[in-house]
Formats: sequence, structure tokens, C-alpha cells
Amino acid sequence: MKFTARYPFSASHRLHSNVLSEDENWRVYGRCNNPFGHGHNYWLEVTVAGEPDPLSGLLVDRKKLDQCVEQEILSRVKHANLNEQVVELKDLVPTTENVAYVFADLLRKGWSRHFSKTAVSFDRIRIYETRNNRFEIEANEVKQ
Amino acid sequence: MWITRRVEFSASHRCAVAGWTDEKNFAVFGPDANPHGHGHNYVLEVTLSGQVDPITGMIVDLKDVKAVLNCEVVDVMDHRYLNAEVPPFDRIVPTTENIAREIWKRIHPHFSTDKVQLHEVRLYETENLYVEYRGE
Repeated sequence: MKFTARYPFSASHRLHSNVLSEDENWRVYGRCNNPFGHGHNYWLEVTVAGEPDPLSGLLVDRKKLDQCVEQEILSRVKHANLNEQVVELKDLVPTTENVAYVFADLLRKGWSRHFSKTAVSFDRIRIYETRNNRFEIEANEVKQ
Repeated sequence: MWITRRVEFSASHRCAVAGWTDEKNFAVFGPDANPHGHGHNYVLEVTLSGQVDPITGMIVDLKDVKAVLNCEVVDVMDHRYLNAEVPPFDRIVPTTENIAREIWKRIHPHFSTDKVQLHEVRLYETENLYVEYRGE
């Protein structure tokens, strides 16, 4: 069974690649290339997989999941500038594709600090950049 | 990785099979068979799959996706009476199932490259009813 929790956060970014010229950057990223950056109200959805405990009926301890997502991701990106303040994105353009990859990698690496091997597994994340665009990546798509 | 783009359009339709009696159409389609038609605010979610380009950090330019959905779906169906104005619904019943299939047919050629493929069309007729179609 799968269980998904949604976490809103707001952050700013600028889409700009150092290997492209100014003109190319503008052509590829359009207004997202604005030198001053811009922001979004993102939604992060974290999906975990496992079996509900026969006694409690719970698949995952919700408080522990919230704590895990807060510590590994949210505390670092809430009201942050993704280009400047998230070290894992330093050499990447913070498109939501790349943000999804980095977040999935952060959760994969940090998972064992919060959950034992026998408990629930991290299944996938989904990031909404706006209500009209969302990006989904499975845990097994990030490097082991 | 998957990327999903959402767009809305509003359209009217009537669900009825041409050769059937009104009685039979009402029995099968219920109020959807109302001869005067009725409308919905449809919500379309199109999911694409692909690899992230190492330079741009993008699977596909969302501006291009938006342009395809506008040109192939919104411009064609928004504020239209599907049965009368949007072929093939002059011949086949514009159920949510058939509209989803038609949308797949229209947009599939735009998302069939080695970089990006059409994964799923999800069409909400209302917020309480949707169909998913993967080209099967």
C-alpha cells in the first residue's frame, strides 16, 4: 500500500545555464531567466510504501514522516533562494526536474536516519511548481 | 521522470446514440441524454515521460507543451458544442472516455520523440469523475 503526504513550501529560483549564452538562456528559459529570479508556491508530495500495522492500522508514523521531510528537505528550502542556498543545486539549473532529482536523492540518503530497514520504504516524490505543472520521480531513479 | 501539464476547457455535449430511441438513450446515459445538451468544465492533465537534458535541466520546454495543448485541444474544444462542432463527435458519442481517446490521438504525434513520450491523458469531466488513458 502507498501513503502520500503533501508539504507546501515557497522558494525562489532563476533558470540560467552557465554553458549557454545570454541569448540562448533567454530563448530556452524565457521569463524564468529574469536575472532577479522569481518564486513559486511549491507542493512537495512524498509517497511511502509499506503495509499498515495490524494493530494501529497505520502504514507510517505521520509525525516521523513529517520530521524526516522537514529535516532533510523543508528546513533547507522554505523561503530560500534555490540557486544560492541549496548546495546540491549549486552546479545545476534549478528547474523542477533537477529540484525533484535532488530532493529524491536527499530523502534516499537521509531515510535510514528516520526509518529502520524493516519499516516503510521511500517510494517517490511529486513536486508541483504551480497547480498546472507537476514533476514525478521514483526513488529508484536516483543513483544508489 | 514524469512531467504533467494541466489545462482547463469548457464545452457542452449530449450523450446519445443516433440510431437509438430517446427512451433507450435516457436508460443508458441518464440526464446526459438531454436533447438540449449540457456542459462541463473539463480539466485535462497530460503526463509525459522522458530524460532530463543535462544542459537545460529540462525534459521538455513547458511552453511548447502548453502550445500543443492549446492548439490541439483548447482552441478546438473550448466553448464548443462537441457534437455539432468538433469531429469526430458528430459520429461518435462524446463521453469522457471518447474525448480522452481523441485528445490522445491529437497530441500523440507531438510527443513521440526519443526525448519525450506521451505517458497518460487524464480527463476530469467534473472534479468527481475522471478517466485515464494510456493509448491501449
